[in-house]
Amino acid sequence: MAGIKDATAIVGIGQTAFAKQLAEDERTLACRAVVAALDDAGIDPGEVDALASFTMEETDEVELAKAVGFGDLTFFSRVGYGGGGSCATVAHLATAIAAGQATVGVAWRSRKRGSGPRPWRNTVAQLPTPAQWTRPYGLLRPVDEIAMLTRRYMHEYGATRDHLFNVALACRNRANQNPAAVMYDRPLTREMYMTSRWISEPLCLFDNCLETDGALACVVVSRERARDCRRPPVYVHSAAQGLPAQHHGMVNYWNDDPLTGPSWATARHLWKHADFTPEDVDVAQIYDAFTALIPLSLEGYGFCGRGEGGAFTEQGALESGGRLPINTGGGGLSEAYVHGFNLINEGVKQLRGSSTAQVPGAATCLVTAGEGVPTSALLLTNRS
Amino acid sequence: MLSPVIDPEGAPFWRYAAQGELRVQACADCGELRFPPRPCCPHCRSFGIEWRPVSGHGRVWSYVVPHPPLLPDYAERAPYNVIVVELVEAPHIRLVGNLVTGPGAPIDSLPAERIRIGARVRFVADPASGLPQWVPERS
Repeated sequence: MAGIKDATAIVGIGQTAFAKQLAEDERTLACRAVVAALDDAGIDPGEVDALASFTMEETDEVELAKAVGFGDLTFFSRVGYGGGGSCATVAHLATAIAAGQATVGVAWRSRKRGSGPRPWRNTVAQLPTPAQWTRPYGLLRPVDEIAMLTRRYMHEYGATRDHLFNVALACRNRANQNPAAVMYDRPLTREMYMTSRWISEPLCLFDNCLETDGALACVVVSRERARDCRRPPVYVHSAAQGLPAQHHGMVNYWNDDPLTGPSWATARHLWKHADFTPEDVDVAQIYDAFTALIPLSLEGYGFCGRGEGGAFTEQGALESGGRLPINTGGGGLSEAYVHGFNLINEGVKQLRGSSTAQVPGAATCLVTAGEGVPTSALLLTNRS
Repeated sequence: MLSPVIDPEGAPFWRYAAQGELRVQACADCGELRFPPRPCCPHCRSFGIEWRPVSGHGRVWSYVVPHPPLLPDYAERAPYNVIVVELVEAPHIRLVGNLVTGPGAPIDSLPAERIRIGARVRFVADPASGLPQWVPERS
Protein backbone atom coordinates (compact mmCIF):
# COMPACT_ATOMS: atom_id res chain seq x y z
CA MET A 1 0.00 0.00 0.00
CA ALA A 2 1.36 3.40 -0.98
CA GLY A 3 0.23 5.35 2.08
CA ILE A 4 0.59 9.12 2.35
CA LYS A 5 4.31 9.41 3.12
CA ASP A 6 5.67 12.53 1.36
CA ALA A 7 2.77 12.26 -1.13
CA THR A 8 1.60 15.78 -0.37
CA ALA A 9 3.14 19.06 0.72
CA ILE A 10 2.16 22.29 2.42
CA VAL A 11 2.88 24.97 -0.16
CA GLY A 12 1.17 28.02 1.27
CA ILE A 13 0.59 29.56 4.68
CA GLY A 14 -1.34 32.65 5.71
CA GLN A 15 -2.27 34.45 8.87
CA THR A 16 -3.91 37.62 10.14
CA ALA A 17 -2.55 39.81 12.89
CA PHE A 18 -2.86 38.34 16.40
CA ALA A 19 -4.29 40.46 19.22
CA LYS A 20 -6.48 40.41 22.29
CA GLN A 21 -9.08 42.11 20.13
CA LEU A 22 -9.31 42.53 16.37
CA ALA A 23 -11.98 44.71 14.79
CA GLU A 24 -13.02 42.33 12.00
CA ASP A 25 -15.39 39.41 12.51
CA GLU A 26 -14.33 35.76 12.42
CA ARG A 27 -15.62 35.21 8.88
CA THR A 28 -13.62 38.11 7.48
CA LEU A 29 -10.51 36.95 9.35
CA ALA A 30 -10.99 33.43 7.94
CA CYS A 31 -11.20 34.82 4.41
CA ARG A 32 -8.10 36.95 4.91
CA ALA A 33 -6.01 34.03 6.19
CA VAL A 34 -7.16 31.74 3.37
CA VAL A 35 -6.56 34.33 0.64
CA ALA A 36 -3.10 35.01 2.09
CA ALA A 37 -2.23 31.30 2.16
CA LEU A 38 -3.30 30.79 -1.46
CA ASP A 39 -1.38 33.88 -2.53
CA ASP A 40 1.68 32.55 -0.69
CA ALA A 41 1.33 29.31 -2.66
CA GLY A 42 0.68 31.07 -5.95
CA ILE A 43 -2.56 29.12 -6.44
CA ASP A 44 -5.80 30.70 -7.66
CA PRO A 45 -8.73 30.24 -5.23
CA GLY A 46 -10.75 28.82 -8.12
CA GLU A 47 -8.52 25.74 -8.01
CA VAL A 48 -9.39 24.84 -4.42
CA ASP A 49 -11.48 21.66 -4.27
CA ALA A 50 -10.95 20.49 -0.67
CA LEU A 51 -11.39 22.03 2.78
CA ALA A 52 -10.74 20.90 6.32
CA SER A 53 -11.27 22.63 9.63
CA PHE A 54 -12.37 22.15 13.24
CA THR A 55 -15.92 21.30 14.34
CA MET A 56 -15.61 24.39 16.55
CA GLU A 57 -14.90 26.61 13.53
CA GLU A 58 -17.76 29.11 13.10
CA THR A 59 -17.16 30.01 9.43
CA ASP A 60 -18.57 27.12 7.43
CA GLU A 61 -17.51 25.80 4.04
CA VAL A 62 -20.39 27.47 2.19
CA GLU A 63 -19.54 30.91 3.59
CA LEU A 64 -15.84 30.55 2.87
CA ALA A 65 -16.31 29.13 -0.63
CA LYS A 66 -18.71 31.80 -1.79
CA ALA A 67 -16.66 34.65 -0.32
CA VAL A 68 -13.21 33.59 -1.49
CA GLY A 69 -14.44 32.15 -4.80
CA PHE A 70 -13.47 28.50 -4.62
CA GLY A 71 -14.20 26.07 -7.44
CA ASP A 72 -16.34 22.97 -7.01
CA LEU A 73 -15.45 21.29 -3.74
CA THR A 74 -15.19 17.51 -3.78
CA PHE A 75 -13.89 16.93 -0.25
CA PHE A 76 -14.61 18.76 3.01
CA SER A 77 -14.19 17.53 6.54
CA ARG A 78 -14.32 18.74 10.12
CA VAL A 79 -12.37 17.41 13.06
CA GLY A 80 -13.67 17.43 16.63
CA TYR A 81 -12.17 17.86 20.09
CA GLY A 82 -11.07 21.48 19.93
CA GLY A 83 -7.32 21.89 19.71
CA GLY A 84 -6.90 18.13 19.26
CA GLY A 85 -8.00 18.59 15.67
CA SER A 86 -5.41 21.06 14.41
CA CYS A 87 -2.96 18.67 12.74
CA ALA A 88 -5.80 16.39 11.69
CA THR A 89 -7.08 19.07 9.31
CA VAL A 90 -3.85 18.76 7.33
CA ALA A 91 -3.90 14.98 7.76
CA HIS A 92 -7.40 14.76 6.24
CA LEU A 93 -6.40 16.92 3.28
CA ALA A 94 -3.19 14.94 2.73
CA THR A 95 -5.11 11.68 2.84
CA ALA A 96 -7.80 12.91 0.46
CA ILE A 97 -5.30 14.32 -2.03
CA ALA A 98 -3.09 11.20 -1.89
CA ALA A 99 -6.19 9.09 -2.53
CA GLY A 100 -7.21 11.19 -5.52
CA GLN A 101 -10.33 12.69 -3.93
CA ALA A 102 -9.11 16.26 -4.41
CA THR A 103 -6.16 18.27 -5.71
CA VAL A 104 -5.88 21.57 -3.80
CA GLY A 105 -6.84 21.59 -0.13
CA VAL A 106 -7.13 24.44 2.34
CA ALA A 107 -7.18 24.03 6.13
CA TRP A 108 -7.99 26.98 8.35
CA ARG A 109 -8.98 28.21 11.81
CA SER A 110 -10.43 31.62 12.64
CA ARG A 111 -11.27 32.44 16.21
CA LYS A 112 -12.01 35.47 18.33
CA ARG A 113 -11.13 33.78 21.60
CA GLY A 114 -9.45 36.98 22.81
CA SER A 115 -12.46 39.27 22.67
CA GLY A 116 -15.17 36.59 22.47
CA PRO A 117 -16.70 34.47 25.25
CA ARG A 118 -14.85 31.83 27.26
CA PRO A 119 -16.50 28.53 26.28
CA TRP A 120 -16.50 27.20 29.85
CA ARG A 121 -18.82 30.02 30.92
CA ASN A 122 -21.59 28.40 28.91
CA THR A 123 -23.43 26.25 31.45
CA VAL A 124 -26.14 25.17 29.01
CA ALA A 125 -24.16 23.69 26.13
CA GLN A 126 -21.87 21.66 28.37
CA LEU A 127 -19.55 19.01 27.12
CA PRO A 128 -21.64 15.86 26.95
CA THR A 129 -21.27 12.88 29.24
CA PRO A 130 -18.50 13.75 31.71
CA ALA A 131 -19.81 17.18 32.73
CA GLN A 132 -22.28 15.83 35.27
CA TRP A 133 -19.42 14.12 37.11
CA THR A 134 -17.17 17.17 37.37
CA ARG A 135 -18.77 20.58 36.96
CA PRO A 136 -21.11 20.63 40.00
CA TYR A 137 -18.00 20.34 42.20
CA GLY A 138 -16.41 23.41 40.63
CA LEU A 139 -14.12 21.67 38.16
CA LEU A 140 -15.28 24.20 35.59
CA ARG A 141 -12.53 25.14 33.17
CA PRO A 142 -10.01 23.33 30.99
CA VAL A 143 -7.29 24.64 33.31
CA ASP A 144 -8.93 22.92 36.30
CA GLU A 145 -9.14 19.63 34.42
CA ILE A 146 -5.50 19.72 33.32
CA ALA A 147 -4.30 21.00 36.71
CA MET A 148 -5.71 17.79 38.24
CA LEU A 149 -3.54 15.66 35.95
CA THR A 150 -0.60 18.02 36.49
CA ARG A 151 -0.72 17.66 40.29
CA ARG A 152 -0.75 13.88 39.97
CA TYR A 153 2.07 13.99 37.42
CA MET A 154 4.22 16.15 39.72
CA HIS A 155 3.46 13.80 42.62
CA GLU A 156 4.33 10.62 40.74
CA TYR A 157 7.46 11.81 38.97
CA GLY A 158 8.86 14.70 40.95
CA ALA A 159 8.25 17.27 38.23
CA THR A 160 8.36 20.80 39.62
CA ARG A 161 7.04 24.29 38.94
CA ASP A 162 10.52 25.12 37.66
CA HIS A 163 10.03 22.55 34.92
CA LEU A 164 6.76 24.20 33.94
CA PHE A 165 8.52 27.58 34.04
CA ASN A 166 11.14 26.24 31.64
CA VAL A 167 8.33 25.62 29.16
CA ALA A 168 6.75 29.04 29.64
CA LEU A 169 10.15 30.73 29.34
CA ALA A 170 11.18 28.95 26.13
CA CYS A 171 7.93 29.97 24.47
CA ARG A 172 8.22 33.53 25.72
CA ASN A 173 11.83 33.86 24.60
CA ARG A 174 10.86 32.79 21.07
CA ALA A 175 7.90 35.19 21.09
CA ASN A 176 10.32 37.97 22.02
CA GLN A 177 12.02 37.30 18.65
CA ASN A 178 8.75 37.22 16.68
CA PRO A 179 7.23 40.63 15.87
CA ALA A 180 3.88 38.97 15.05
CA ALA A 181 3.63 37.44 18.54
CA VAL A 182 1.24 38.95 21.06
CA MET A 183 4.03 38.81 23.68
CA TYR A 184 6.78 40.12 21.36
CA ASP A 185 7.78 42.98 23.67
CA ARG A 186 6.99 41.31 27.01
CA PRO A 187 9.91 39.32 28.50
CA LEU A 188 9.22 36.77 31.24
CA THR A 189 11.35 36.19 34.33
CA ARG A 190 11.37 33.42 36.91
CA GLU A 191 10.41 35.99 39.53
CA MET A 192 7.34 37.00 37.49
CA TYR A 193 6.37 33.36 37.07
CA MET A 194 6.82 32.32 40.70
CA THR A 195 4.91 35.31 42.08
CA SER A 196 2.08 35.40 39.53
CA ARG A 197 -1.48 34.70 40.57
CA TRP A 198 -2.87 31.19 40.65
CA ILE A 199 -5.50 30.16 38.14
CA SER A 200 -5.93 26.59 39.35
CA GLU A 201 -3.24 25.35 41.73
CA PRO A 202 -0.74 23.98 40.79
CA LEU A 203 -1.08 26.04 37.58
CA CYS A 204 -0.47 29.80 37.62
CA LEU A 205 -1.21 32.56 35.13
CA PHE A 206 1.89 31.87 33.02
CA ASP A 207 1.04 28.17 32.73
CA ASN A 208 -1.99 29.20 30.65
CA CYS A 209 -2.07 30.03 26.97
CA LEU A 210 -3.10 33.41 25.64
CA GLU A 211 -6.63 34.42 24.69
CA THR A 212 -6.30 35.64 21.13
CA ASP A 213 -8.22 36.94 18.12
CA GLY A 214 -6.74 35.72 14.86
CA ALA A 215 -6.92 33.35 11.92
CA LEU A 216 -4.53 31.10 10.01
CA ALA A 217 -4.66 28.84 6.97
CA CYS A 218 -2.44 26.55 4.94
CA VAL A 219 -2.60 24.99 1.48
CA VAL A 220 -1.94 21.30 0.75
CA VAL A 221 -1.31 19.84 -2.73
CA SER A 222 0.26 16.71 -4.20
CA ARG A 223 4.06 16.47 -4.33
CA GLU A 224 3.93 16.72 -8.12
CA ARG A 225 1.87 19.90 -8.01
CA ALA A 226 4.07 21.28 -5.23
CA ARG A 227 7.03 21.57 -7.60
CA ASP A 228 5.18 24.26 -9.55
CA CYS A 229 4.32 26.40 -6.53
CA ARG A 230 5.88 29.67 -5.47
CA ARG A 231 7.47 28.31 -2.27
CA PRO A 232 9.66 25.29 -1.58
CA PRO A 233 7.46 22.35 -0.58
CA VAL A 234 7.17 21.21 3.02
CA TYR A 235 6.23 17.55 2.76
CA VAL A 236 3.70 15.85 5.01
CA HIS A 237 5.95 12.92 5.88
CA SER A 238 3.66 11.22 8.38
CA ALA A 239 0.34 12.12 9.94
CA ALA A 240 -1.79 10.56 12.64
CA GLN A 241 -4.86 10.96 14.77
CA GLY A 242 -5.19 9.27 18.15
CA LEU A 243 -8.07 8.38 20.42
CA PRO A 244 -6.70 5.77 22.84
CA ALA A 245 -8.74 2.98 24.35
CA GLN A 246 -10.77 4.03 27.40
CA HIS A 247 -9.85 7.69 27.00
CA HIS A 248 -12.15 10.32 28.55
CA GLY A 249 -10.96 13.66 27.12
CA MET A 250 -9.58 16.34 29.42
CA VAL A 251 -11.11 14.62 32.44
CA ASN A 252 -9.12 11.46 31.76
CA TYR A 253 -9.41 10.20 35.34
CA TRP A 254 -11.19 6.95 34.65
CA ASN A 255 -8.73 4.46 33.26
CA ASP A 256 -5.80 2.49 34.62
CA ASP A 257 -3.21 5.06 33.56
CA PRO A 258 -4.60 8.59 33.22
CA LEU A 259 -1.17 10.13 32.58
CA THR A 260 -0.74 8.17 29.34
CA GLY A 261 -2.79 10.39 27.08
CA PRO A 262 -3.63 10.50 23.38
CA SER A 263 -0.06 11.50 22.48
CA TRP A 264 1.07 7.93 23.04
CA ALA A 265 -1.49 6.41 20.66
CA THR A 266 -0.91 9.14 18.06
CA ALA A 267 2.86 8.74 18.28
CA ARG A 268 2.73 5.00 17.67
CA HIS A 269 1.04 5.50 14.30
CA LEU A 270 3.10 8.58 13.45
CA TRP A 271 6.48 6.89 13.93
CA LYS A 272 5.37 3.59 12.40
CA HIS A 273 4.99 5.39 9.07
CA ALA A 274 8.08 7.61 9.34
CA ASP A 275 11.61 7.16 7.98
CA PHE A 276 13.13 8.94 10.96
CA THR A 277 12.92 8.82 14.74
CA PRO A 278 12.50 11.32 17.60
CA GLU A 279 16.29 11.71 17.71
CA ASP A 280 16.20 13.03 14.14
CA VAL A 281 13.66 15.79 14.86
CA ASP A 282 15.36 19.18 14.47
CA VAL A 283 12.56 21.32 15.91
CA ALA A 284 9.13 20.68 17.40
CA GLN A 285 5.92 22.67 17.68
CA ILE A 286 4.11 21.12 20.64
CA TYR A 287 0.58 22.10 21.58
CA ASP A 288 0.79 24.29 24.64
CA ALA A 289 -2.63 25.34 25.89
CA PHE A 290 -0.99 24.67 29.28
CA THR A 291 2.71 24.28 30.11
CA ALA A 292 2.10 20.84 31.62
CA LEU A 293 1.10 19.46 28.22
CA ILE A 294 4.71 19.78 27.08
CA PRO A 295 6.34 17.24 29.45
CA LEU A 296 3.42 14.86 28.83
CA SER A 297 3.82 15.26 25.06
CA LEU A 298 7.62 14.89 25.19
CA GLU A 299 7.04 11.51 26.81
CA GLY A 300 4.20 10.53 24.51
CA TYR A 301 6.08 11.32 21.30
CA GLY A 302 9.17 9.47 22.51
CA PHE A 303 11.68 12.23 23.22
CA CYS A 304 12.26 10.84 26.71
CA GLY A 305 11.07 8.05 28.96
CA ARG A 306 7.96 7.89 31.09
CA GLY A 307 8.13 10.45 33.89
CA GLU A 308 11.19 12.16 32.41
CA GLY A 309 9.34 15.00 30.68
CA GLY A 310 9.95 17.46 33.50
CA ALA A 311 13.67 16.76 33.72
CA PHE A 312 13.92 16.93 29.91
CA THR A 313 13.17 20.68 30.09
CA GLU A 314 16.30 21.37 32.18
CA GLN A 315 19.51 23.04 30.94
CA GLY A 316 17.79 25.01 28.21
CA ALA A 317 16.75 21.90 26.31
CA LEU A 318 13.70 23.62 24.81
CA GLU A 319 15.52 26.84 23.90
CA SER A 320 17.27 27.73 20.63
CA GLY A 321 20.40 25.61 20.44
CA GLY A 322 18.98 23.18 22.99
CA ARG A 323 18.30 19.48 22.63
CA LEU A 324 14.84 20.14 21.15
CA PRO A 325 13.87 23.73 20.40
CA ILE A 326 10.09 24.02 20.69
CA ASN A 327 7.38 26.47 19.71
CA THR A 328 9.78 28.72 17.89
CA GLY A 329 7.16 31.36 17.09
CA GLY A 330 6.14 31.56 20.75
CA GLY A 331 3.39 28.93 20.66
CA GLY A 332 -0.03 29.22 22.22
CA LEU A 333 1.57 30.45 25.42
CA SER A 334 3.20 33.53 23.90
CA GLU A 335 2.56 33.99 20.15
CA ALA A 336 -1.19 33.40 19.81
CA TYR A 337 -3.73 30.82 20.88
CA VAL A 338 -5.65 29.88 17.75
CA HIS A 339 -6.25 26.22 18.59
CA GLY A 340 -2.70 25.34 17.61
CA PHE A 341 -2.89 26.37 13.97
CA ASN A 342 0.02 28.78 14.43
CA LEU A 343 2.14 25.75 15.37
CA ILE A 344 1.48 24.22 11.93
CA ASN A 345 2.44 27.41 10.12
CA GLU A 346 5.52 27.86 12.29
CA GLY A 347 6.60 24.32 11.40
CA VAL A 348 6.37 25.29 7.72
CA LYS A 349 8.37 28.47 8.35
CA GLN A 350 11.14 26.47 10.03
CA LEU A 351 11.40 24.10 7.06
CA ARG A 352 11.45 27.02 4.64
CA GLY A 353 14.23 28.60 6.70
CA SER A 354 12.14 31.70 7.40
CA SER A 355 11.32 31.47 11.12
CA THR A 356 12.13 34.44 13.34
CA ALA A 357 13.91 31.90 15.57
CA GLN A 358 15.33 29.75 12.81
CA VAL A 359 16.95 26.45 13.78
CA PRO A 360 19.96 26.31 11.41
CA GLY A 361 19.44 23.75 8.69
CA ALA A 362 16.18 22.43 10.12
CA ALA A 363 14.99 19.55 7.91
CA THR A 364 12.43 17.80 10.13
CA CYS A 365 9.71 19.16 12.37
CA LEU A 366 7.14 17.53 14.63
CA VAL A 367 3.87 19.44 15.02
CA THR A 368 1.34 18.25 17.58
CA ALA A 369 -2.25 19.07 18.42
CA GLY A 370 -3.70 19.22 21.92
CA GLU A 371 -2.63 16.52 24.37
CA GLY A 372 -5.38 15.60 26.81
CA VAL A 373 -8.06 15.29 24.14
CA PRO A 374 -8.38 13.03 21.08
CA THR A 375 -5.48 14.47 19.16
CA SER A 376 -3.35 14.48 16.00
CA ALA A 377 0.19 15.17 14.87
CA LEU A 378 2.32 15.73 11.77
CA LEU A 379 5.90 15.01 10.83
CA LEU A 380 6.99 17.57 8.28
CA THR A 381 10.19 17.58 6.24
CA ASN A 382 11.78 19.58 3.44
CA ARG A 383 13.74 16.52 2.27
CA SER A 384 12.28 14.11 -0.20
CA MET B 1 -24.00 26.21 42.16
CA LEU B 2 -24.40 23.96 39.13
CA SER B 3 -26.60 20.90 39.41
CA PRO B 4 -25.57 17.77 37.54
CA VAL B 5 -26.99 17.64 34.00
CA ILE B 6 -27.99 14.02 34.30
CA ASP B 7 -28.09 11.56 31.40
CA PRO B 8 -30.06 8.28 31.44
CA GLU B 9 -26.99 6.17 32.30
CA GLY B 10 -26.04 8.42 35.19
CA ALA B 11 -29.49 8.83 36.75
CA PRO B 12 -29.29 5.84 39.16
CA PHE B 13 -26.00 7.13 40.60
CA TRP B 14 -27.60 10.42 41.58
CA ARG B 15 -30.73 8.73 42.90
CA TYR B 16 -28.70 6.49 45.22
CA ALA B 17 -26.40 9.35 46.26
CA ALA B 18 -29.39 11.47 47.28
CA GLN B 19 -30.42 8.56 49.54
CA GLY B 20 -26.98 8.65 51.16
CA GLU B 21 -25.73 5.61 49.31
CA LEU B 22 -22.70 5.37 47.03
CA ARG B 23 -23.22 2.90 44.22
CA VAL B 24 -21.16 2.29 41.09
CA GLN B 25 -22.37 0.82 37.82
CA ALA B 26 -21.25 -2.77 37.24
CA CYS B 27 -21.73 -5.32 34.50
CA ALA B 28 -24.50 -7.75 35.44
CA ASP B 29 -22.72 -10.51 33.54
CA CYS B 30 -18.93 -10.25 34.05
CA GLY B 31 -19.20 -8.15 37.21
CA GLU B 32 -16.65 -5.50 36.14
CA LEU B 33 -17.18 -2.08 37.78
CA ARG B 34 -17.18 0.90 35.44
CA PHE B 35 -17.26 4.67 35.75
CA PRO B 36 -18.61 6.88 34.29
CA PRO B 37 -21.71 4.79 33.58
CA ARG B 38 -22.33 3.70 29.99
CA PRO B 39 -24.84 1.53 28.13
CA CYS B 40 -22.58 -1.46 27.45
CA CYS B 41 -19.74 -3.32 29.19
CA PRO B 42 -16.42 -2.60 27.41
CA HIS B 43 -15.06 -5.95 28.66
CA CYS B 44 -17.79 -8.40 27.64
CA ARG B 45 -20.25 -6.22 25.65
CA SER B 46 -23.14 -7.18 27.89
CA PHE B 47 -25.97 -4.66 28.18
CA GLY B 48 -26.89 -6.06 31.61
CA ILE B 49 -26.41 -3.43 34.32
CA GLU B 50 -26.41 -3.50 38.09
CA TRP B 51 -25.63 -0.78 40.64
CA ARG B 52 -23.26 -2.17 43.23
CA PRO B 53 -22.88 -0.58 46.67
CA VAL B 54 -19.31 0.38 47.53
CA SER B 55 -17.83 1.13 50.95
CA GLY B 56 -17.39 4.86 50.40
CA HIS B 57 -13.79 4.68 51.59
CA GLY B 58 -11.20 6.18 49.30
CA ARG B 59 -7.92 8.03 48.92
CA VAL B 60 -7.14 11.39 47.37
CA TRP B 61 -5.66 10.69 43.91
CA SER B 62 -5.14 14.35 43.04
CA TYR B 63 -6.60 17.78 43.79
CA VAL B 64 -6.72 21.33 42.48
CA VAL B 65 -7.47 24.70 44.04
CA PRO B 66 -9.35 26.91 41.56
CA HIS B 67 -9.05 30.70 41.71
CA PRO B 68 -11.03 33.27 39.66
CA PRO B 69 -12.09 33.87 36.95
CA LEU B 70 -14.89 31.39 37.73
CA LEU B 71 -18.66 31.25 37.50
CA PRO B 72 -20.07 33.67 40.12
CA ASP B 73 -21.25 31.06 42.67
CA TYR B 74 -17.85 29.42 42.62
CA ALA B 75 -15.87 32.68 42.57
CA GLU B 76 -17.56 33.58 45.88
CA ARG B 77 -16.17 30.40 47.44
CA ALA B 78 -12.71 30.54 45.82
CA PRO B 79 -10.16 29.37 46.60
CA TYR B 80 -11.84 26.01 47.20
CA ASN B 81 -10.68 22.47 46.54
CA VAL B 82 -11.72 19.86 43.99
CA ILE B 83 -10.40 16.36 44.57
CA VAL B 84 -10.31 13.11 42.64
CA VAL B 85 -10.90 10.16 44.96
CA GLU B 86 -9.96 6.60 44.10
CA LEU B 87 -12.10 3.99 45.79
CA VAL B 88 -10.29 1.65 48.16
CA GLU B 89 -11.94 -1.48 46.75
CA ALA B 90 -11.46 -0.43 43.10
CA PRO B 91 -8.66 2.11 42.62
CA HIS B 92 -9.43 2.56 38.91
CA ILE B 93 -12.87 3.89 39.88
CA ARG B 94 -12.30 7.57 40.63
CA LEU B 95 -14.83 10.20 41.61
CA VAL B 96 -14.51 13.97 41.40
CA GLY B 97 -15.76 15.82 44.47
CA ASN B 98 -14.95 18.27 47.24
CA LEU B 99 -13.20 17.56 50.52
CA VAL B 100 -15.21 19.29 53.27
CA THR B 101 -15.25 19.40 57.07
CA GLY B 102 -18.58 17.59 57.38
CA PRO B 103 -21.84 16.74 55.60
CA GLY B 104 -23.33 19.86 54.06
CA ALA B 105 -20.25 22.01 54.65
CA PRO B 106 -19.32 24.36 51.79
CA ILE B 107 -16.62 23.58 49.23
CA ASP B 108 -14.19 26.03 50.86
CA SER B 109 -14.66 24.70 54.40
CA LEU B 110 -11.42 22.71 54.50
CA PRO B 111 -8.17 24.61 53.80
CA ALA B 112 -6.24 23.30 50.82
CA GLU B 113 -3.07 23.15 52.94
CA ARG B 114 -4.60 20.20 54.78
CA ILE B 115 -5.05 18.09 51.65
CA ARG B 116 -2.50 15.46 50.67
CA ILE B 117 -2.42 12.98 47.80
CA GLY B 118 -3.01 9.57 49.33
CA ALA B 119 -5.02 10.89 52.29
CA ARG B 120 -7.91 8.65 53.38
CA VAL B 121 -11.35 10.12 52.82
CA ARG B 122 -14.93 8.93 53.30
CA PHE B 123 -18.15 9.49 51.36
CA VAL B 124 -20.99 11.51 52.88
CA ALA B 125 -24.11 12.92 51.21
CA ASP B 126 -24.82 16.63 51.26
CA PRO B 127 -28.23 16.73 53.01
CA ALA B 128 -29.31 19.80 51.03
CA SER B 129 -28.18 19.04 47.47
CA GLY B 130 -28.02 15.25 47.63
CA LEU B 131 -24.58 15.42 45.99
CA PRO B 132 -21.75 13.23 47.24
CA GLN B 133 -19.14 14.94 49.40
CA TRP B 134 -15.94 13.66 51.01
CA VAL B 135 -14.66 14.14 54.54
CA PRO B 136 -11.24 13.30 55.98
CA GLU B 137 -11.06 9.84 57.54
CA ARG B 138 -10.01 10.06 61.18
CA SER B 139 -6.94 7.90 61.64
